[in-house]
Amino acid sequence: MNALPPDGPPIDAAFLRRWLDAATAAIDREAPVLTELDSAIGDADHGTNMRRGFTAAHTAVEQEPPDTPGGVLVAVGRQLISSVGGASGPLYGTLLRRAGKRLGDEPVVGAAQLRDALRAGVEGVGQLGGAAAGDKTMLDALLPALEALSGALDAGGGTAEAFAAAATAADEGAQATIPLRARKGRASYLGERSIGHQDPGATSSALLITAFADTAREAGA
Amino acid sequence: MKMLINVPETVVPDALRGIAAAHPDLTVDVEHRIIMRKGAPFEGKVGLVSGGGSGHEPLHGGFVGRGMLDAACPGEVFTSPVPDQMARAAAAVDSGAGVLFIVKNYTGDVLNFDMAAELAEDEGVQIAKVLVNDDVAVTDSLYTAGRRGTGATLFVEKIAGAAAEEGAPLDRVASLARQVNEASRSFGVALTACSTPAKGGPTFDLPDGELELGIGIHGEPGRERRAMMTSGEIADFSVDAILEDMRPDAPVLALVNGMGATPLLELYGFAAEVHRVLAERKVAVARTLVGNYVTSLDMAGCSVTLCQVDEELLRLWDAPVATPGLRWGY
Repeated sequence: MNALPPDGPPIDAAFLRRWLDAATAAIDREAPVLTELDSAIGDADHGTNMRRGFTAAHTAVEQEPPDTPGGVLVAVGRQLISSVGGASGPLYGTLLRRAGKRLGDEPVVGAAQLRDALRAGVEGVGQLGGAAAGDKTMLDALLPALEALSGALDAGGGTAEAFAAAATAADEGAQATIPLRARKGRASYLGERSIGHQDPGATSSALLITAFADTAREAGA
Repeated sequence: MKMLINVPETVVPDALRGIAAAHPDLTVDVEHRIIMRKGAPFEGKVGLVSGGGSGHEPLHGGFVGRGMLDAACPGEVFTSPVPDQMARAAAAVDSGAGVLFIVKNYTGDVLNFDMAAELAEDEGVQIAKVLVNDDVAVTDSLYTAGRRGTGATLFVEKIAGAAAEEGAPLDRVASLARQVNEASRSFGVALTACSTPAKGGPTFDLPDGELELGIGIHGEPGRERRAMMTSGEIADFSVDAILEDMRPDAPVLALVNGMGATPLLELYGFAAEVHRVLAERKVAVARTLVGNYVTSLDMAGCSVTLCQVDEELLRLWDAPVATPGLRWGY
């Protein structure tokens, strides 16, 4: 049994929309960095594609705001699939759509439910892309983030504290991709030459987790 | 880097408007990014739909027309299209005989076409898929995303397109497409990097005196860098890389392909060297196609694709075709 976390902010549709604001802003700000990382081991478009997707998702949610947290995640996932292209569109789309579907129709959820939903999303990414930890992909940020999130919540930490731990783990996970050799995606074609570069997908994944941490902190969790 | 564009964000729709203006026998849906053969669907005919990132023109939009594709879905530059595009295209070209998706083997293309197939099947369209993966430069396929789809895409689209035009059913068109892919191998070389509109400059650094061996078609660096070689040396290296992987016991179709910025004068000189190597290796050449067909924006360089053909594949290759990029016999 999880101990109930200290009074956290309600994780409702408004919370997820603030997360979307933060995520969209972070992707927009870091797009040149993502593209630069991608030009080293990919095809120099990760930042551009993610910016296009999150801009579209943000606009769609603003125009027709879903009234549940799951609804927001599903809407963002669907927009990413319809507007990003590449591998990132289906993978990030699946991550958020699966997570949103897992949350169902509940108007307010707890941090542990959000964690379980994100876990379902991350599992969906693994199934779709066929990657595992250490393949130098977005999973190398997402998996450690989930572990840190779970650990902190199980230890009785609050939402903000737990997501802060997740963000740190995601950042460290992204940085830890530098010495790895890519085994999935376009970077894998480089073989040994993919070593020495930080994975762009792991980097954008860390931005999305950090956006959760920022949202929870500002909500005063 | 100077480019003939307005703004990077509208490069793809701008080109689509140009294709619409230049080719009245095509229907171009700029909003949904679909290039379609006018008059589709054709009764009883299997529909052929391909697509992929932009920047490889004339692939794929330039191969839409009689005897080849029914529709092409261009993505952003070097980015696969989204599922909605292919699902919409499939519904538009399906006569009831089903639709073949021709997919280059890149993670993004595979995922988006898979999702599109699900959407189209939900709408009652029968879908078959063929993956093109002909690039021998990717050696350790078991530990990577697998071999890339490059020049063989043209052979697959032409030969499957000819069969569909003759009225072959979906399973036959799909099995021919797979046969062509399995009989094809490619190897590519870059003399310069290419520049994407979004980045505004080269996607990797390639010094003057060096070339990159084993490149793909997305500006991704290759597997090995060497001091610059002559056309003859590049032909030796490229053809041998292919023949190490496939030893043809029948004549081949040879595609001597430019990556975008290499002059035809140089490319024809290279074609002569490719023929010399093939003759030395006792490989008979049935047909040769020289030109910029599967490109990588403004990259200088070339690729060689060989496809081993029997009489039936050769007959379908020779069958009439009328597209912006490939045209003979009609």
